[in-house]
Amino acid sequence: MAGKPKLYYFDGRGKMESIRWLLAAAGVEFEEEFIETKEDLEKLRNDGVLMFQQVPMVEIDGMKMVQTRAILSYIAAKYNLYGKDLKERAWIDMYVEGTTDLMGMIMYLPFQPADTKEKNLALIIERATTRYFPVYEKALKDHGHDYLVGNKLSWADIHLLEAILMAEECKPDILSAFPLLQAFKGRTSNIPTIKKFLQPGSQRKPPTDEKFVAIVRKIFNI
Amino acid sequence: MSGKPKLHYFNGRGRMESIRWLLAAAGVEVCLYGSLLFQQVPMVEIDGMKMVQTRAIGNYIAMKYNLYGKDLKERALIDMYVEAVIDLNELLMTHILQPADKKEQHLATIVDKATNRYFPVYEKVLKDHGQDFLVGNHFSRADVQLLETLLMVEEIKPDILAKFPLLQSFKARISNIPTIKKFLQPGSQRKPPLQEKDLPKVMKIFH
Repeated sequence: MAGKPKLYYFDGRGKMESIRWLLAAAGVEFEEEFIETKEDLEKLRNDGVLMFQQVPMVEIDGMKMVQTRAILSYIAAKYNLYGKDLKERAWIDMYVEGTTDLMGMIMYLPFQPADTKEKNLALIIERATTRYFPVYEKALKDHGHDYLVGNKLSWADIHLLEAILMAEECKPDILSAFPLLQAFKGRTSNIPTIKKFLQPGSQRKPPTDEKFVAIVRKIFNI
Repeated sequence: MSGKPKLHYFNGRGRMESIRWLLAAAGVEVCLYGSLLFQQVPMVEIDGMKMVQTRAIGNYIAMKYNLYGKDLKERALIDMYVEAVIDLNELLMTHILQPADKKEQHLATIVDKATNRYFPVYEKVLKDHGQDFLVGNHFSRADVQLLETLLMVEEIKPDILAKFPLLQSFKARISNIPTIKKFLQPGSQRKPPLQEKDLPKVMKIFH
């Protein structure tokens, strides 16, 4: 009997957060096991459940899946969030890679030396507003639909919402020049499964704080 | 020339090389476009789309040419194997960018990761099922990308496969697949490793 997917990671956003978002948006309940110490990670490694000795790891459908993108692709395909054909999938992939790049920059910010933070934050804001957001704003403008691809909710929309909210945490008015993204944000946040995930008490993790940085540094000796 | 995928990149490996491998393995002829650059490269004109993002392009080609497994679970395995190989490729790609005093340490890291983290996994996969290909007893993108990486790591440490007999025979076997064999011959679109002397030119393009 297939149980709920089980997520193995630290108690923080990191690379697992996009997976939490996608499962939640798909209405899939999941369990989590948190790695809090180096010993916790070593135990998983010694148990042989981490294919490349790394997390995220998600137990799903009898597999112990690793590699964030592999996991996300599987979930998206399984829950019909990956478009209806090859071409829609191609667009979803392109869009998701863009938001992945942006969120990757934001994810690493708390781990960077204090004296580079201001510069890196400025770069994130520049990239968000000149390289990434214009692409999604234009996509929505060109077809006039509610969703990025195929007039239907997909992984691309969920990922974009996640990226928008993360970017707003860096700069609250970051969407000021993007009216369609503002509307997209409002609309997509109201989808029942997503609305639920955005409420307090959900499995969504808070912005990366000093405590999380300390845990990760300790576990990886960095 | 219309109808053939068109590759936009600089004349080197970089992030386009995996795509060249996949197209070659699938027996797809490409139109060379040379050194035109956009805000984002790689870019591949294919089937009426101007595709960017290496992974998106790789996914599309793999699906289109049936190199992505027969179902969701095979695709999951292929994705896991390919993503790990991409991680190792990233390390390799940044090797030439290392300052002289960090190069030796970086090389040691590559060798350590290759021989302790990545190669043992593929060796075990081949051992456990005893088949010729990594997934589903059928040639897939995972085999192509693994071969590409094996060859690239051998370029910096020729005996890196010494402890991996099944990877050695895998390498020979996959190299002999006709489309791949052709790609490995001189005159193909395969790019050579970036030379130190060409680094300033490449850095100039991207900065």
